Amino acid sequence: MHVSRSRGRFFGLAGAVLLAAACTAMGQAPPQQPSPPKPDPTVPGEKASPPPTPPKEAPRTPPQGADQAGGAPPLVANAYASTYQAPSSPPTVIRNATILTAAGPVLERGAILLQGGKVAAIGQTVDAPADALLIDAGGKWVTPGIIDTHSHLGVYAAPGIEALQDGNEMTSPNTAEVSAEHSIWPQDPQFDLALAGGVTTMHVLPGSANLFGGRSVTLKNVPARTSEGMKFPGAPYGLKMACGENPKRVYGTRTTSPQTRMGNVAGYRRAWQSAADYRIKWQRWLKDGADPEKRPERNLQMETLAGVLDGEILVQNHCYRADEMAIMINMAREFGYRIASFHHAVEAYKVRDLLSEHGICASMWADWWGFKLEAYDGINQNIPLVHQAGACAIVHSDDPSGIQRLNQEAAKAMRAAAETGIPVERTDAIRWLTINPARALGIETVTGSLEPGKNADVVIWSGDPFSVYSRAERVFIDGALLFDRSDPSSGPRRDFSLGILPDGAR
Amino acid sequence: MNGPALALVTALFSTALLANVSQPSATQGAEPLERPSVQQQDTKPQVPPKTATPAQTPPAPPPEAAGPAVAIVNARILPASGSAIERGTLVMRGGRITAVGPSVQPPAGARVIDGAGKTVTPGLLDSGTQIGIVEIPLSAQGTADQRTTDPRVSAAFTVVDAFNGNSTVIPVTRVEGVTRTLVIPEATGNVLVGQGAVMDLSGAQVPGSVSRAPAAMVALLGQQGSAVAGGSRSTAILRLREILQDAADYSRNRTAFNTAQRREYATSRLDLEALQPVLKGEVPLAIHANRASDLLASMRLGEEFTLRVVLLGAAEGWMVAQEIAKRNVAVVVKPLTNLPAFDSLGATLENAARLSRAGVTLALATFDTHNSRNLRQEAGNAVAYGMDRDAALQSVTLIPARMWGVADRTGSLEAGKDADVVIWSGDPFELMTTAEHVFIKGHEVPPDTRQRQLFERYRDLRALPR
Repeated sequence: MHVSRSRGRFFGLAGAVLLAAACTAMGQAPPQQPSPPKPDPTVPGEKASPPPTPPKEAPRTPPQGADQAGGAPPLVANAYASTYQAPSSPPTVIRNATILTAAGPVLERGAILLQGGKVAAIGQTVDAPADALLIDAGGKWVTPGIIDTHSHLGVYAAPGIEALQDGNEMTSPNTAEVSAEHSIWPQDPQFDLALAGGVTTMHVLPGSANLFGGRSVTLKNVPARTSEGMKFPGAPYGLKMACGENPKRVYGTRTTSPQTRMGNVAGYRRAWQSAADYRIKWQRWLKDGADPEKRPERNLQMETLAGVLDGEILVQNHCYRADEMAIMINMAREFGYRIASFHHAVEAYKVRDLLSEHGICASMWADWWGFKLEAYDGINQNIPLVHQAGACAIVHSDDPSGIQRLNQEAAKAMRAAAETGIPVERTDAIRWLTINPARALGIETVTGSLEPGKNADVVIWSGDPFSVYSRAERVFIDGALLFDRSDPSSGPRRDFSLGILPDGAR
Repeated sequence: MNGPALALVTALFSTALLANVSQPSATQGAEPLERPSVQQQDTKPQVPPKTATPAQTPPAPPPEAAGPAVAIVNARILPASGSAIERGTLVMRGGRITAVGPSVQPPAGARVIDGAGKTVTPGLLDSGTQIGIVEIPLSAQGTADQRTTDPRVSAAFTVVDAFNGNSTVIPVTRVEGVTRTLVIPEATGNVLVGQGAVMDLSGAQVPGSVSRAPAAMVALLGQQGSAVAGGSRSTAILRLREILQDAADYSRNRTAFNTAQRREYATSRLDLEALQPVLKGEVPLAIHANRASDLLASMRLGEEFTLRVVLLGAAEGWMVAQEIAKRNVAVVVKPLTNLPAFDSLGATLENAARLSRAGVTLALATFDTHNSRNLRQEAGNAVAYGMDRDAALQSVTLIPARMWGVADRTGSLEAGKDADVVIWSGDPFELMTTAEHVFIKGHEVPPDTRQRQLFERYRDLRALPR
């Protein structure tokens, strides 16, 4: 919903002014020979994680039936590859905790061993190495790190001033050539606040003003001097698409296309057809011997869309209304790509059967509604109903405040379920916050649940994470203790926060 | 109060009385209701007694003892005006609470609700929503009346005339335990935004839903004030001072003004009239401000004109908590405000707890409309970050009721007050707790909402064509 960030709040004067500020035109990148993607050694099975769980209905190959294997141009350029290195950390054993693994039943008084950045063992007991740090978590709960599929941290950084409005390139309905990673300010103090809410991974997207907003990127919630230092190694890019009111309002009021929902759809289809043609051009060139003299012209916008058609970039689709989601599903079939997740999906409950059938996730709020007509049919049971239909339900934030308490949002959805007889257990709700978002981001083989071999992204909560009174006490990313509530000074503190208050206190 | 404003209020009241007469009343044979005085119920009123002028607070309706009594028994009762009653009874009849206590017996014929294992609290009061004046704020012409672009109107702008008792936001909000709200206008192009009113969420139209109007005069200082007053915090103060000076001058020179014998004023006649109760201290000036320096400046301005000031937002309130407490200025905060902005670099989740511990008169609010229902989540988080539980409950019930001048009617579970009562399945602040029964002025709120109907329609997709 990020064209209008105010969502019916009162004090949106400043926001309205800021949103009017347009960025300068993008400079043209010098043409250069794209290099083939290199595997990232830090992630098992790197080279574009496989798309999330294959859809029940496999996407058709593009109409032209080009050969995929090595036929596509190199699309995931590595010029901006992740430079993240997991910090070294001592082996750590957390014992006596109530553990929600997101991969099975609750472990009462369970134990987990974090070693070498991974979950090394989990069970009623674990064998602790002699040098292990022991944490007795009696009365406390342990979950995987929270993953937010929809964030604008870093691109709409705090303080929310004009100078930091870097989330929406509202200059053309198709800006598939931009990438959120090139707007992210790693010193956004909101990263630290999200960490205190147990968020270990987040997907940062451009805003929703455009039909194609640009590439989105998955970050680890770690301190770094560069956005590359936060990028989740091996995580595929996303492509932010937006349905409905936002694009047609932004461009319609300028009397340019799109002005209507049918204009939106025509805009997507035109672009997909161009991308399909572009892709064939490159495939033919490669097939014909890749003569440098005949190399097709590189087009960054088309390159992103072609990456989607190749299955290497995951579509993250802002879409509120049920009927529009159905159209987007049909369009994905028309052009042979798949949608990883609908975002906001306020009416997902109306087409939860379609989502289930096509293996598409829905990233939803627990209770946001009514701030525009396409959000007017929001109901508290949206998440539980999608879950009940066997689809991939996700609690997302799209909000720097909400990201700090996604666990509470899940709890409200659990209440709505209980009030209307929809069976939801804590073992279900934890999946809305961890493994399901990991799946939508294509990183479910490496994080999102507490299973041996997975990244040790772990939160220790002071109590039941679905209680309003519980707080994240310790947050581990790749086994390293990033946040410790008992010693706030030990955690990351973005540059912006230094010396900003008279006594330095917060 | 004079001129058009008085006429407006008078008209309001005539209608109010008519409305009362038209309601079915069955006073004959009903047991007389005691109605303790304000002083008895509310020993520490924030609102000076002078605010309870007949022109502003509707007279109490005659006791309408229609229908049987409702008695909630065996419940944990948190009255907000005193200590918890572990296994108590609350009786309501004719729209009012008639008895609360550990050994109260349900009257014969009463509908008895077993409250074993349940918690009973007053209905919650959210201080600063736009419920009833905004249905859909974006791209939905005709559904949003929270602001005006008419440059001639600022202080005179009132939410009451636009309030829609049929708004779908009302049922959605009240089924989660919020029973009244201070409705305030949205910031426009002036340091004075307009007048807020306390409205109940019964679904009644005006005047039946008006608890108090005006209940607050809303103003902008700090960054928001700067944005509408020449681009500086300083001119925002200056502009507000000029208007207040003119309002005072106007009240002394009405005749001269009306015969064009007075200099030009900084704002319109309507605005100057609307400011009179503020100058008299009958209506608080509720100032949006966040930065510590702006909070101090707001209080200085209040002292200059001996106004009652309420600080709205006050994200850096904790940094000047002692100064606020010393001046007995009331504050409304949204506890979950913690994003650093240049207007609120000191924002912290502990703001509410720190202000409360410093002895500041504190209300908690969502400053939201469609999700005003999350007021208890805000309160729960205030507790999670150090606020005393009882204080947090008071901050969403009795304290805002006092702040906005409606504590004689709502805000606590005491005999004689309107029966705004919620029966919760457990701790009212817990996210998985359900509001099982909600009463507003003694009437149980039906569980039906537009959202509930949508849910029921889509509960089973097989019944629906694709």
